[in-house]
Amino acid sequence: MKTQDTLSGEAPVPKGSIKMKQNSPLADRLRNIAQPLIGPLALFAVWWMAAAGDWVSGNLLPGPIATFGSLWQSLVSGDMLTDAYATLKLTISAFAIAGVLGVPMGIVLGSNKKLYQSVEFVIDFFRSTPVTAMFPLFLLIFGIDDSSKISVAAFAAWLVLLFNVAYGVMNARETRVLAAKVMGASRWRIFKDVMFYDSLPQTFVGIRMAVSMGLVVIIVAEMFIGSIHGMGHRIIDAQQVYDLEDMYASILVTGIIGYGLNLLFLGLERWLVHWSGR
Amino acid sequence: MATANTQTQKKERFVPGPPGTHITIRNLNKAFGAAPLYEDFNLDIPRQKVTCIFGPNGCGKSTVMNMIAGLVPVDSGSILFDGKSLKETRIGYVFQNYREALFPWLKAIDNIKYPLKINGRSSEECEKRAQELIKAFDLEFDLNRYPYELSGGQQQLVSILRALAPEPEVLFLDEPFSALDYEMTLMIREKLQELFRATKLTTVIVSHDLEEAVFLADEVLLLTKRPTSVAETIPFDAPRPRNIKTLSSPEFIDTKSRCLEIFQQEVRR
Repeated sequence: MKTQDTLSGEAPVPKGSIKMKQNSPLADRLRNIAQPLIGPLALFAVWWMAAAGDWVSGNLLPGPIATFGSLWQSLVSGDMLTDAYATLKLTISAFAIAGVLGVPMGIVLGSNKKLYQSVEFVIDFFRSTPVTAMFPLFLLIFGIDDSSKISVAAFAAWLVLLFNVAYGVMNARETRVLAAKVMGASRWRIFKDVMFYDSLPQTFVGIRMAVSMGLVVIIVAEMFIGSIHGMGHRIIDAQQVYDLEDMYASILVTGIIGYGLNLLFLGLERWLVHWSGR
Repeated sequence: MATANTQTQKKERFVPGPPGTHITIRNLNKAFGAAPLYEDFNLDIPRQKVTCIFGPNGCGKSTVMNMIAGLVPVDSGSILFDGKSLKETRIGYVFQNYREALFPWLKAIDNIKYPLKINGRSSEECEKRAQELIKAFDLEFDLNRYPYELSGGQQQLVSILRALAPEPEVLFLDEPFSALDYEMTLMIREKLQELFRATKLTTVIVSHDLEEAVFLADEVLLLTKRPTSVAETIPFDAPRPRNIKTLSSPEFIDTKSRCLEIFQQEVRR
């Protein structure tokens, strides 16, 4: 009797849930696609209304259609791509230098608490100093060309990376280190098999912060340190000659570069550090 | 000179445990800051038996086991495994928190093989031993998954297999069930019992659950409040495999209430 009850009691439930599921997949999928588009579309609409309705002076804000038209034209003619390429090249160079120096140094610092304590103040001090304040210094040392831009951006990115990698190593789970120790793993084994992997999630946080920081510094440097290419240079040039459409288009492209880099490293992180956050 | 003197004195005083002793702890001292936790502590742990350590909160149940396993340094004293040092002894250790003890960047199977790998065994040997263990434990889930893709109980089973892989002489388990739900606890308890029966491995378990401690133990080691000493060692001889019936048998109830009595005396003291 009891089994019958449960049987008959259970029967309608799966039926109902199947019916609900039959209805939902397409709607769910559509909603999943549509949901993230609402924000950008709303922004576009507000922008369009603001320009078309003259809420904001046309001298400050060209319409989205004009801006995207300008963007399209500069992309087709290729001159925007030249600038974007220049900026990307500097950013990647700076990031590469920061990575090559910052990751190993961060690992060394993180695995040696006393060493870290002795340099903690210096790192924190320079991390808190706006790197732009050091432009003139880097100009003096490296001269007015790309090497000064790369080095100042690399410096800023290096600090961020150093700090995060060191923290990642320091905060490697004690239990995992003990687990390896109890198996008889050597110090080197523990370091390369456990602490290194355990620091990767935090390292990737540092990598994404460092690449964003690198891009910010490169853009600013391109604006103010004699440049003939680059998005920073292009934006300030457009502002000087009051080519607002190109200025907005250039800002958009800069945003796309930043977003793209972030996405790239996020993808890399998901793939390499698959256990992160689980 | 002075140190040499105390050493010889200690050697003179060294008293071996009764026959069948595996681990001898002599004159162990351990303090955290100014507060002594263990003062001149002596203990014999029997071979091929399951010893469950139980005692009041803060008495250092886990600390004593971790000192034996070499995870916590001792201030002074000797811990010997059949006269050998820890370095000369293969041990396996199962942590309470499997999430933080397994390596999430390795698949479950590679977690199990890891201790073999670092001891320089070939990949064929690793594979052979892993398959042996999987068969012995009758594991049915996919070990080519990563630990975070497994349930808590499955992860703890992987931890246990990892500890057993190098064929340890002593197995340590630190509250192995406290992060698991009841169903998983029962399942793993059963697997452990099979293991005790089949291998007769010297096993030390720290438990905060008296029923569980008695159920698994050949000997229940009851500790006092700090500075900690052994209040009493209570044997429990019920035949294995033990099951639900064991839990309601008179011997079990007697042993448990005996332990509880001693425990309460110690807590009130």
